[in-house]
Amino acid sequence: MDWAWLGRNLDDLALRTLDHVVMTVLAIGIGSAISFGLALWIRRRRFLHGPILAVSGTLYAIPSLALFALLIPFTGPQSLLAAEIALVSYTILILVRNFLAGFDGVPPDVVEAADGMGYTPAQRLWRVELPIALPVIVAGMRIATVTVIGLVTVTALIGLGGLGYVIIELGYRRFNLTATIAGTIGAILLAVLADRGFVLLQRVLTPWAARRRTA
Amino acid sequence: MQDASGAVVAFEHVTKRYGGPDVAPAVTDLSLVIPAGEICVLVGPSGCGKTTSMKMVNRLIEPTSGRITIGGEDVMSLPAVELRRRIGYVIQQVGLFPHLTVGDNAAVVPRLLRWKAARVSERVDELLELIGLEPGQYRSRYPSELSGGERQRVGVARALAADPPVMLMDEPFGAVDPIRRDRLQNEFLRLQEKVRKTIIFVTHDVDEAIKMGDRIAILQRGGVLAQYDTPAATLANPASEFVERFVGADRGLKRLSLGRVGDLELIEAVPVRAGEDRAEVRRRLARTEELDYALLVDDHDRPLGWIDRADLAGDGPIKADAATPGAPTVERATTLRDALSALLGSSVQLGVVVDDDERVIGLVSVDAIGEALRAPVASADGTEHPVGETVA
Repeated sequence: MDWAWLGRNLDDLALRTLDHVVMTVLAIGIGSAISFGLALWIRRRRFLHGPILAVSGTLYAIPSLALFALLIPFTGPQSLLAAEIALVSYTILILVRNFLAGFDGVPPDVVEAADGMGYTPAQRLWRVELPIALPVIVAGMRIATVTVIGLVTVTALIGLGGLGYVIIELGYRRFNLTATIAGTIGAILLAVLADRGFVLLQRVLTPWAARRRTA
Repeated sequence: MQDASGAVVAFEHVTKRYGGPDVAPAVTDLSLVIPAGEICVLVGPSGCGKTTSMKMVNRLIEPTSGRITIGGEDVMSLPAVELRRRIGYVIQQVGLFPHLTVGDNAAVVPRLLRWKAARVSERVDELLELIGLEPGQYRSRYPSELSGGERQRVGVARALAADPPVMLMDEPFGAVDPIRRDRLQNEFLRLQEKVRKTIIFVTHDVDEAIKMGDRIAILQRGGVLAQYDTPAATLANPASEFVERFVGADRGLKRLSLGRVGDLELIEAVPVRAGEDRAEVRRRLARTEELDYALLVDDHDRPLGWIDRADLAGDGPIKADAATPGAPTVERATTLRDALSALLGSSVQLGVVVDDDERVIGLVSVDAIGEALRAPVASADGTEHPVGETVA
């Protein structure tokens, strides 16, 4: 390990880490919003279930490398747009499935009771169904986030990459093992932090799921 | 507890069809009036449209034709969600919101109606007390921490929260075991005495219908009303062969559980104390025509046992140990069913009716119970019919 190099490049490493986080948060945020919309659409029109999952499954199956190669001619190099289109595509399959599983997991008697009490459809969604579906949705976001943190490194190929840039451009291309190791450990730490963070978030958001009857 | 009692609910020629006019309706031309503050049980086999009929009241299902009014107001005249906030709703699986505490579950409708926080919180405590769950202990628990019976009670509290004049209950006690069901039913009947809501109660269980209903509406396939009357009148005079079969071959016995000993004219007992003269007791016994037994009682008029005519032969005082013990005792509140059961199990087919201090107030016989079953029963419309006559 070249500690001196590390010391000199601490600022750059921090900046790349921040990039990494921003790209991940963007992808998960946009992916969740799109998936939420798609899940609601599928709930209304059940026949869309197959086609939407097929499309998102296909997107998921395209190698990330190929997706960048296809997008860059349209967006130009170092395009955040190209990177996010790819990253978001990968989150959608995981997130749509979890949104749907979350909503499907709301007991029908609870939905019937909500209607009978006089909730409007919107009130029912935001105050009853979404909170009850939350543990499953958050579980999906957890998997998607860890996946995206890994994928962001690949965007180094189009000149972005966050910590991936450190691994490939600073490390691999310049035969600097220290940079490669630093970038790798950074990415792993981010993934672990995100994972633990979501576990914590889940516990905070759903106190009712943790407590069980003791009597 | 505010004293907002129920409102009259009326079905007027209500029909519900799924599909075209050539498909048999789920509910056919249903007309009935449920008086304010009464429990009307909709009962019938599966597919009889009882749940469909109930759900048309809060418009979870909308009728194809006909109308339903609450307190004279057409349910279609309000937006559906506003209507539903004014009607209590209890379902079999309870449907408590698992992510809300007991207190927040009970507060659901008041909050939808935008009550002030202080009023909501006060109301929640009042409701929890009403259903017998100590607010301090239960308010902040989650449904997953409650027993099945407690959940069902919270479901009732949630339905009562905004003090609606009308409550709909869809097999509310269907998912609990028979012993707990009996307890929940009794609790609910006591609660109803306080709140006096107009209740539409759906069940497939005839016994539950007889127990809970002020009136029962028996529906048959296609939502056709087969009979609408008090439980006693329905059992005494089934309107059709369908009703007769549906209420069961043991409907005579079922009627027994509706009647109470206090409803009968009691037979006067011939009470005797130890030490009384036999000849004197013989004379007193001879004055009654129906009795073959005198009743030995203690100094507080509590029954000790029967003394038959043979024991009274000869002269001298009656001994304290002369009585045959084992006279069944019943109270005024005992159902005729339980009384008959006690009487049939004893050698002398007479029961001793006692008051709260166990003092003898009269006798009841198997014949008297049979007589009560043969007396004409008044229908809900006030007419009287001999038992067994078909009221069409």
